[in-house]
Amino acid sequence: MASSQNWLLRPFQERSTQLFLGVLFTALVVVTFLHLFMPQDSALHVSAYTVTLLGKYLCYALLAVAVDLVWGYLGILSLGHGAFFALGGYAMGMYLMRQIGDRGTYGDPVLPDFMVFLNWDSLPWYWQGFDMAWFAFIMVLLAPGLLALVFGFLAFRSRVTGVYLSIITQALTFALMLAFFRNEMGFGGNNGLTDFRDILGFNLRTDATRLGLFIATGIALAIGYVICRAIVASKLGRVSIACRDAEARTRFLGYRVERVQLFVFVVSAMLAGVAGALYVPQVGIINPSEFSPLFSIEIVVWVALGGRATLYGAVIGAILVNYAKTVFTGVMPDAWLFALGGLFVLVTVFLPKGIAGLLQKRHKTKPDDDTPTRQEATA
Amino acid sequence: MSIFQELANRDQVFDFLAPVQSPVDVRHGPILYMEDVNVSFDGFKAINNLNLTVDDGELRCIIGPNGAGKTTMMDIITGKTRPDTGSVWFGSRHNLLTKNEPDIASLGIGRKFQKPTVFEALTVFENLELAMATDKRILPTLTAIMKPEYRDRIDEVLQTIGLQELRDRLAGILSHGQKQWLEIGMLLMQKPRLLLVDEPVAGMTEQEMERTAELLTSLAGKQSVVVVEHDMGFVRSIARKVTVLHQGSVLAEGTMDQVSNDPEVIKVYLGEEA
Ligand SMILES: Nc1ncnc2c1ncn2[C@@H]1O[C@H](COP(=O)(O)OP(=O)(O)OP(=O)(O)O)[C@@H](O)[C@H]1O
Ligand SMILES: [Mg+2]
Repeated sequence: MASSQNWLLRPFQERSTQLFLGVLFTALVVVTFLHLFMPQDSALHVSAYTVTLLGKYLCYALLAVAVDLVWGYLGILSLGHGAFFALGGYAMGMYLMRQIGDRGTYGDPVLPDFMVFLNWDSLPWYWQGFDMAWFAFIMVLLAPGLLALVFGFLAFRSRVTGVYLSIITQALTFALMLAFFRNEMGFGGNNGLTDFRDILGFNLRTDATRLGLFIATGIALAIGYVICRAIVASKLGRVSIACRDAEARTRFLGYRVERVQLFVFVVSAMLAGVAGALYVPQVGIINPSEFSPLFSIEIVVWVALGGRATLYGAVIGAILVNYAKTVFTGVMPDAWLFALGGLFVLVTVFLPKGIAGLLQKRHKTKPDDDTPTRQEATA
Repeated sequence: MSIFQELANRDQVFDFLAPVQSPVDVRHGPILYMEDVNVSFDGFKAINNLNLTVDDGELRCIIGPNGAGKTTMMDIITGKTRPDTGSVWFGSRHNLLTKNEPDIASLGIGRKFQKPTVFEALTVFENLELAMATDKRILPTLTAIMKPEYRDRIDEVLQTIGLQELRDRLAGILSHGQKQWLEIGMLLMQKPRLLLVDEPVAGMTEQEMERTAELLTSLAGKQSVVVVEHDMGFVRSIARKVTVLHQGSVLAEGTMDQVSNDPEVIKVYLGEEA
């Protein structure tokens, strides 16, 4: 049992977290080295394209960790986390749009191209301030956080849980998708926000910036992972598990279940927002398709494949599935959804605890001991 | 002038100088007071003009046939079910009908469920840790640390409920009787003023039952205990005052001998078993 007095430092004493951080940082260093110092024609060279692709996977991994926090430990199956991801992405996209300045097609110093095209003569109020990086970065946390706060407050207060909650999270992201498709919303309609030039003064098209974004994403994943672990390893984490497994009982112990749910849900939404914000400069575009209900379901599939309620399983699941998706869509683009569905069915039938469950089984010290302790079950 | 008096009144300046006062005021009567309570589910009257008072420090047994409304009564006291009419007071100060479950729990009403409910994915130790009477708000819970005195308190309760050996095992592997004990242990950790115990000995062996009886009787006096139980032998072994519930209202009240000789009671309840 972790003995640290400080809840934020506790994860660093866990072997699983040390291992995770070790692997992650090694991967960052190795990729950086292979990208910078291997000659272009070497088989070991990692191209800028691959670096950005890996950066994208790490964004998905952070998103999956956020989903696992609420689904694995709190029992809230959110099928709308794509919405928080997309909101973080749009906040970043708005900053990047304003950085374009007068270099757009129409050369307007303030208005983004799509607004000129729509004959708007001034910036809408909600675009104000996004020319400042600090403001935009706060909005990356605040926009998804506030949505989660309002949505969660209403849902948890009326004790909406289980399938009903999952359905309304789907409805939430679907409604947002329809809203963002409308040109009048002022977010670029179905084209979204794109044609970004630079971020914090660095040209987005240079290899160095791409590498920097990849490393920043890796660090964000590490921080997000540690925050989630810290919550999970705290007494609040145990209360979350209590809410997940026996909500009524938890209430009768004096815990305000709806507040526990709200707190964890908001933290998770903010992490998803950060993932979205790092995703947008790397893929170069944000459009309403990130709000699509299907995308939110895909995230849950990554977590299920990796192994629910382990956090690192979510990372493994996100990276593996998206790698498979990259390979698969290259070969047979139309068959991807069937492959994903098939994989999901296979794993739920044969590996109910996901890949993490498989790893845990192999590391079990006493295979004949069939009465697991908490360490084996969740650590 | 009055400012000086206020300042001189040390009780109000320093918390620790104030006389320890329970938040529950029982100077003017019972610890639990229910009057004319009615509950119906889709037209079916589960609780029908129920009147019940429990004195401070009392050990009260409640018996009654299946469906008599015993569990529903506990649901009302703990805020899970809202009655259609009536009033429910905890001491003379707290109107329970205006409060929700966590508030009622924090006031000092602990509950053991009919179907034992423990947190199966947590260890026995952690189950007791969560039940402990501490600050249950979000941030204090997030930053909570396991102080040595907490650990001692938990170990003490583990001793009482005889689960020391299973301290670090998941509660999910416990037998039915052990889960009952763990839930009683969780009640003890809460240090409630009033314990509501719904069928504590279901699934227990004769020996375990005896220990439960000992434990519950030892609690009475310091705390008030309301026990719902079907096992007549068990009730007889602990009962001082028994209330018989039937079709949502009180049919009889008195000592075990009194109620078991009551013709009404014999007709509706004990008659089935005799
Ligand atoms: N939520 C509910 N909705 C509908 N009916 C209910 C509900 N809760 C209880 N009842 C009904 O109210 C009546 C009283 O139930 P209650 O559980 O209080 O009985 P009990 O005295 O605890 O019985 P037992 O000895 O079987 O535990 C029963 O007929 C039950 O079916
Ligand atoms: Mg009952």
